[in-house]
Amino acid sequence: MTHLDLLTFARGSALNWALMVFVAGVVLRLFEIFSLGRKPDFAKPRSNSPGSGWRTMFTRSLPAQGMMKHHAVSYISGYVFHAGLFLAIFFLAAHIAFFRSMTGLSWPNLPTPLVDASVVAAMVALGVLLAHRLNSPVKRLLSGFGDYLAWAVTLLPLLTGYMAYHHLLFEYTLMLALHLFSVELLLVVLPFTKLFHTFSLFISRWYNGDIFGRKGVAS
Amino acid sequence: MTASLSKGINSFKEVIDAPIASFFSSCVHCGLCAEACLFYTTTGDPKYTPIHKLEPLRRVWQQEYTLLGKLGKMLGLSKPVTDAELAEWEPLVYDSCTMCARCAMVCPVGNDMTYMIRKMREGMAASGHAPAGLVGASTRSVEIGSPMGVRLPAVKAQMKHVQADTGIEIPLDVMGAEYMVLMSSMEIINFPEYLGAVAKIMKQAGKSWTLCSEAFEATNSGIQIGASDIARVLVQRIVDGAEKLKVKTVISPECGHAFTALRWEGPNLIGRPYTFEVLHILEVLDGFRSAGLLKTTGFEEARLTFHDPCQLVRRGGVLEQPRNLLKLVAKNYVESADHGKMNWCCGGGGGVSAIEEAEPLRLQAFKIKKTQLEETGAKTLVTACANCRIVLEEGLEHYHMNIPVVGLTEMIAAHLTQEKEAR
Repeated sequence: MTHLDLLTFARGSALNWALMVFVAGVVLRLFEIFSLGRKPDFAKPRSNSPGSGWRTMFTRSLPAQGMMKHHAVSYISGYVFHAGLFLAIFFLAAHIAFFRSMTGLSWPNLPTPLVDASVVAAMVALGVLLAHRLNSPVKRLLSGFGDYLAWAVTLLPLLTGYMAYHHLLFEYTLMLALHLFSVELLLVVLPFTKLFHTFSLFISRWYNGDIFGRKGVAS
Repeated sequence: MTASLSKGINSFKEVIDAPIASFFSSCVHCGLCAEACLFYTTTGDPKYTPIHKLEPLRRVWQQEYTLLGKLGKMLGLSKPVTDAELAEWEPLVYDSCTMCARCAMVCPVGNDMTYMIRKMREGMAASGHAPAGLVGASTRSVEIGSPMGVRLPAVKAQMKHVQADTGIEIPLDVMGAEYMVLMSSMEIINFPEYLGAVAKIMKQAGKSWTLCSEAFEATNSGIQIGASDIARVLVQRIVDGAEKLKVKTVISPECGHAFTALRWEGPNLIGRPYTFEVLHILEVLDGFRSAGLLKTTGFEEARLTFHDPCQLVRRGGVLEQPRNLLKLVAKNYVESADHGKMNWCCGGGGGVSAIEEAEPLRLQAFKIKKTQLEETGAKTLVTACANCRIVLEEGLEHYHMNIPVVGLTEMIAAHLTQEKEAR
């Protein structure tokens, strides 16, 4: 099997399978949540906070009052990582070309050196977060295999993408194939680990905002 | 009903709903909730991290309600929740959680840990892992009528006392009164000035009100221990009393969890909306104020600050009313850091003050309140929850701080115009 064969497989059936597992997994996990339902609330809600659930979906992206100074490492690394990953996935010219080939949709890209820098920043942030996880007694207590697995499968696409772009370690075709495999691994793992927060956090934030909003405390 | 592990696990399964499943699905183990918890911040012990307190409930969710968890359980790969584990978790679920919900305000993915602790306690109680102090309070509530063992004669004695003191007749079982006033045992036993204050305020406002001989107690240890069957019995008493007397509004006293029990949980416990309205006394007073029915004179001279009871403010939405009322009678009013919806709990909410074994930890957790208070330089502490009040008084005494704690309702009553004129 040549490197090109490997890349063809990575772009073809491997990607299809990974996407199928991903979509089925996300649908299953959403079903697992919503099928549990929620009892009706007979308590008369306060009227001064409509839409609190929807607002909380977005406002929770900001640190709560007084929290930044106690947890600057978690917050700043968290923001840098998420922003870097988002820019890399959706604004790298090569990725937009890939999405266009799959869906026909395209949008303007950011300059590649900028995306490259954001990937480096995201990887550094992941490194800081891992060090913090290993050193903070609270995080260490909460962490298990799933946390380290999630960390690794998130880092790999960033790392292999960076290496492919800079022609490091392996020949470009092989590296690109490895990059695709790492993305496929991420897609397969995401629905079944804490990485599912990508989807479920909008649900949990909505419930939080709704629960508090009914009581008149907009969050 | 005898408690057993299987009943506890079944109860866990019953209480897990879509919000809980979304919360556990979203947790990224960032640990930020620890920083919001008064027990973690004052001890530095990671076991007090709020989401960690829910670990047994999380495992039941994972093993029962996720595909991977079910597979793991079938293959014998998952760790079942045991009796010993629940025993180990009892101090985490009860002694070190006041259900203050500060953690729920900071969680980046929006997890409401308090919502989950409240439900998890149902399974803890069903499995026989509720603290003795709360079990006793709940038994007394059902059998005697109040968690502190207060019976109607004690209430009548206090009514007489207040009548002699104020010269105002305290109405009992008056059909069709606008307001039905409830009290907490703490107010009946320790803070009789509350009833006198309400009598004076109602007289000045010209409102009809009544106590109810069948439902005078507002507190509800059922929601603290996590026994919805007990909570339902206690709420039903109030609902029956209010509907029998055909009152328009039931007034929850200066007690945080009583307000949560009656205002937010009650209709769900009895399975239907109320036919009357439930307001906290501060909502009533602020309503009087804006209607011009609350005429006060003079101001408090001392520098004072307000302790926001968690159940009233963060989990109850009564945020502006105490401020409006304080401005009426206090010139030198200062806010503490993190006041309002981010206020720190007194340390005794959620039933913690009734758990004897929890006292050393509670007093340690009070350090955060102590610091918060010292920063304000306040000479008087005002609050609107009798439980907060007693816990604050104990904490202040423990740390040799000479700061009186006053209920807001009685502070307002002391400044009523007619009161001053009568002197």
